[in-house]
Amino acid sequence: MSDLTYNGTELLATVASRILKDGDSVFVGTGLPVIAGMLAQKTHAPGLLVFFEAGAIGPIVPQLPISVGDSRTIHKAVAASSMHDLMSMCQAGYADYGFLGAAQIDAYGNLNTTAIGDWDKPTARLPGSGGANDVASFVHKMIIILRQSKRSFVEKVDFITSPGFLTGPGAREKAGLPSGGGPFRVITQYAVYDFDPQTKRLRLYSLHPGVTAQNVQENSNFPIDIPDIVGTSPTPTAQELRLLREVIDPSGIVIGK
Amino acid sequence: MSEKHVRILDEGIAPLIQPFDLDEFRAHNRAKEKALVDKRMSESEAISKFVTEGCYVGIELYGTVRCPMSLTRELIRKGYKKLRGVGQGVFEADLLAAANCMKELDWTYIGLEVYGVSSSLRRGVESGYIERVVEWSNAAIAWRFKAAAMGVPFVPARTMLGTDTFKYSSAKAIECPFTGKPVALIPALVLDVGIIHVHRADKHGNCQIDGITGFAAEMAAASKNVIISAEEIVDTDEIRKAPDQTVIPYYLVDAVIHAPFGSHPGEMGGLYERDEEHIKNYFDNSSDPTKTKDYLDKWIYGVGSHEEYLRLVGTDRLESLRIKER
Repeated sequence: MSDLTYNGTELLATVASRILKDGDSVFVGTGLPVIAGMLAQKTHAPGLLVFFEAGAIGPIVPQLPISVGDSRTIHKAVAASSMHDLMSMCQAGYADYGFLGAAQIDAYGNLNTTAIGDWDKPTARLPGSGGANDVASFVHKMIIILRQSKRSFVEKVDFITSPGFLTGPGAREKAGLPSGGGPFRVITQYAVYDFDPQTKRLRLYSLHPGVTAQNVQENSNFPIDIPDIVGTSPTPTAQELRLLREVIDPSGIVIGK
Repeated sequence: MSEKHVRILDEGIAPLIQPFDLDEFRAHNRAKEKALVDKRMSESEAISKFVTEGCYVGIELYGTVRCPMSLTRELIRKGYKKLRGVGQGVFEADLLAAANCMKELDWTYIGLEVYGVSSSLRRGVESGYIERVVEWSNAAIAWRFKAAAMGVPFVPARTMLGTDTFKYSSAKAIECPFTGKPVALIPALVLDVGIIHVHRADKHGNCQIDGITGFAAEMAAASKNVIISAEEIVDTDEIRKAPDQTVIPYYLVDAVIHAPFGSHPGEMGGLYERDEEHIKNYFDNSSDPTKTKDYLDKWIYGVGSHEEYLRLVGTDRLESLRIKER
């Protein structure tokens, strides 16, 4: 099956989808996360419980929603609730996974989606937290998807919009965040990362096909822990590619990019 | 008996954009009309009657879903320049920024989701026209409304802690007097005016929403005055047939506007899809201030009412957006 061609976004969607297991619950936003959730539902995890932050609970999403509140998010849902209800349930511990993107990430998985440069005189104002800070605070395992470069993998993010492990081991709990949460995986166009359980620093987990550890390090402004043995990321199967292209995002709004 | 103190561990640097007085809020709510009176009026009448320059407004929606766009366009047409408000928005917040209507913002997310950050908004903040921004998360905004709706000064929460989102907010963190652990206090937000679009309302302001309700119930109860636009005005008997569907009861509401396709170019769950071409066209042109102004001139300043706006969009276009079956 090595002749299957896929683009970077399709690979990211597949890698993210394979992390989700049947019977897990996942809090999703728009774009790639919902694609990963839909792909998991249509392949190995039909019982995946999906939450959309604006209130949809347990939908069987037929086609890519454009907005977290759009009608497709409540297709065959078991409940249509509110932001307050959904966020409360996540705070009370019902969401296993949550997906986040970011413009910047640091070695502890802290994320910036608020501003580049000084907050009060930004060189670029970004959308802000939205539900991101809440997802990062509440879910048990946070999955981060972003484009990796020296500009996005930075020693210190310009603004901590959403908490990773903050300053290291114990920092989340000391700040008052629910215990045991935090970043779980980081997925980029080069590799998948996890976090060292002792240091809480980002560590290489698997390389995408054709990528070397050197590539990974060259595209980061902080040193990445590279273990002796590193796996290879899964690549999309023919079935996954067909689902992504023909069923989930036929007009290529996200995967076409 | 020795005096006990709750320890404040940390506090955001921003003063509240909208300080609150809950006893004043109670007195205001006590004086609100409780009789079933007819509150129907036009967008123009409602905005003129309840929105004063400099007041604090909230526009409720989610993404581009159920946006009170006919009321947003009327706000812009009226020419307010110094409104304060809460930005949990997408297209509507962008238009308000493009038209320089806002000076101060409690901000959680302003962007166009899959399309990214809009240039109008960037210009508003980066140029300094928007003078004050206070950061929040979505849950924090929901719970700021919830606190006001409950008539309490704050809701304790386990979000925003340890981050710059907290630092640039008006939240505080205390040592919880029950557990001894740090907890964030999310302050109440009492709005001067809440603007909400619903599927159906009666003339008294009883409102029903199909599908997810976003921030609607909390924001309505947190607002001193509520302006409702509705796709359909129904008899009160219809409301009474399904009282469990009522998200906002009438006494919270001050104005009811009949606005079919009131969310256009956003969508309305179960009724019509969003007008992707319209939104994309706006977004693509938003990087150019002249083209943004052209948009405002054509679609907002150039029309006098929602009816005229719908005529400009065209019946065929609107009909093509209608959801045929559920």
